[in-house]
Amino acid sequence: MTWTGSIFDTAGTQAERIARLAWFIIAVSTVVYVLVLAATALATRRARARTARGELADHDPATEQRLGRHVLLATALSTILLLVYVTVTARTGRAIAWPTGAREPLTIEVTGHQWWWEFRYRDSLPSNWLSTSNELHIPVGRPVRVILLSNDVIHSFWIPELHGKQDAIPGHRNTMWLQADRAGVWKARCAEFCGYQHAKMAFDVVAESPGRFNQWYVSQLASAQPPTDTSAKHGEDVFMQRTCIMCHTISGTQAGSRVGPELSHIATRPSIAAGSLPNTRDNLARWILDPQLIKPGVHMPPNKLSPGDMNALLNYLETLK
Amino acid sequence: MRSSSLRQRSRDALLVATAVAAMQGCKREERPFDKEAPAAPAYAAVTLDTLQPGVPRPDVDVVNASDKNAYDLSEGKRLFESWNCSGCHSHGGGGMGPPLMDDEWTYGSDPENIVATIVEGRPNGMPSFRGRITNQQLWQLAAYVRSMAGLTPKAPSPGRDDDMQYKVDEQRTPAMPRRASASRATPPKSTQP
Repeated sequence: MTWTGSIFDTAGTQAERIARLAWFIIAVSTVVYVLVLAATALATRRARARTARGELADHDPATEQRLGRHVLLATALSTILLLVYVTVTARTGRAIAWPTGAREPLTIEVTGHQWWWEFRYRDSLPSNWLSTSNELHIPVGRPVRVILLSNDVIHSFWIPELHGKQDAIPGHRNTMWLQADRAGVWKARCAEFCGYQHAKMAFDVVAESPGRFNQWYVSQLASAQPPTDTSAKHGEDVFMQRTCIMCHTISGTQAGSRVGPELSHIATRPSIAAGSLPNTRDNLARWILDPQLIKPGVHMPPNKLSPGDMNALLNYLETLK
Repeated sequence: MRSSSLRQRSRDALLVATAVAAMQGCKREERPFDKEAPAAPAYAAVTLDTLQPGVPRPDVDVVNASDKNAYDLSEGKRLFESWNCSGCHSHGGGGMGPPLMDDEWTYGSDPENIVATIVEGRPNGMPSFRGRITNQQLWQLAAYVRSMAGLTPKAPSPGRDDDMQYKVDEQRTPAMPRRASASRATPPKSTQP
């Protein structure tokens, strides 16, 4: 999967501010860099010319004093410039620390796991709480309060197009505010080394219009439909009577474990294994058969299913829309 | 002259030998991610009673490789907490289920006994996990259960708790009131469809 995320390809209020700050610092620093190089080149050329003329470097007090003033001036300018950097950085930090606009925020609890992401949409009505894995949907134009948690080690939540990085620390709640200003689909990643499969700990971000977001929300809130055809029914039995049930949730069934990613609507997800593979039947079969080949060290064990059971299980998983 | 060079050479040889010996300590423990674990039916010969008619059967002596493997032990600990073994055994201290950190074993303390207990379940509460747990996970869990009673080597046994801290210090400084969360972000009514 290609990684195209860029902090300059902004899609949100906060990312906009950060990108502006980055451009400002890059521009000013480039000017300073060019000036320093020019001054160095000039000094070198002068010294060479003087040596060519056979003159020695003069050390008379007047020159010393002049040069001293130059150094003092340059130091003062650098200090002022650094203070400007500090000020604009602090201003940007303040600006992105609080939500923009008066719209009611959406609260999402993000939990980093080795090596996948859990998203819980909070609401004052508990029956509206929604849990998804490795796929984050947000409505455009509405502030989102992201609460960052971790169950094992330190992870870092990073959607380059929307905001900077923020750590998810075990035993500690971090909060950040996001707002998408245009619709889009992005790939986000863990940005803090968190063990063997840190590189394969991505998630899909979908920013969409409030109407489409609500549609998605309602569809995700619904329980999984019980399978109708025989093969899918057999697949459900495979799921419920084997190792799968120990770790995964499928709403509306006996499977309710929160150890691994939630699978109630797995068929609607663009990718599997925390953004490691596109969600196709082949990939799903490979993943279930031996996750350790794709993500060595991942907590999901190999499942040596017979071809019949595997096909039935895949048929069942494909009904989970 | 000759003797000094000989001494020098033997000293060099000794240094190299020491370095080689020390490098053994650097060998990283193997993490058996995709290893076929010994089949769980290694416990099939386990009996719950020592009494038996006729000639006594030879004792099954199963060595659980996970007992000495830090990764396996910590995985066992993770699974123990994930699968809510603590719900009854309470981090080994016991509650509804028997404690696991003492030296009293109702159904045997050998790895194969513990595996048998997990697979088959036991009367009055211990569920049977037959078919729900892979062989490798079974041996990892068995190793961790033994480590709680101190039956595994000290070095590889897990020394860190990842589970939720159940208690905070009563004498702690109270959290500062949060200006932002109080004034700006309290959705009074349902915000979802």
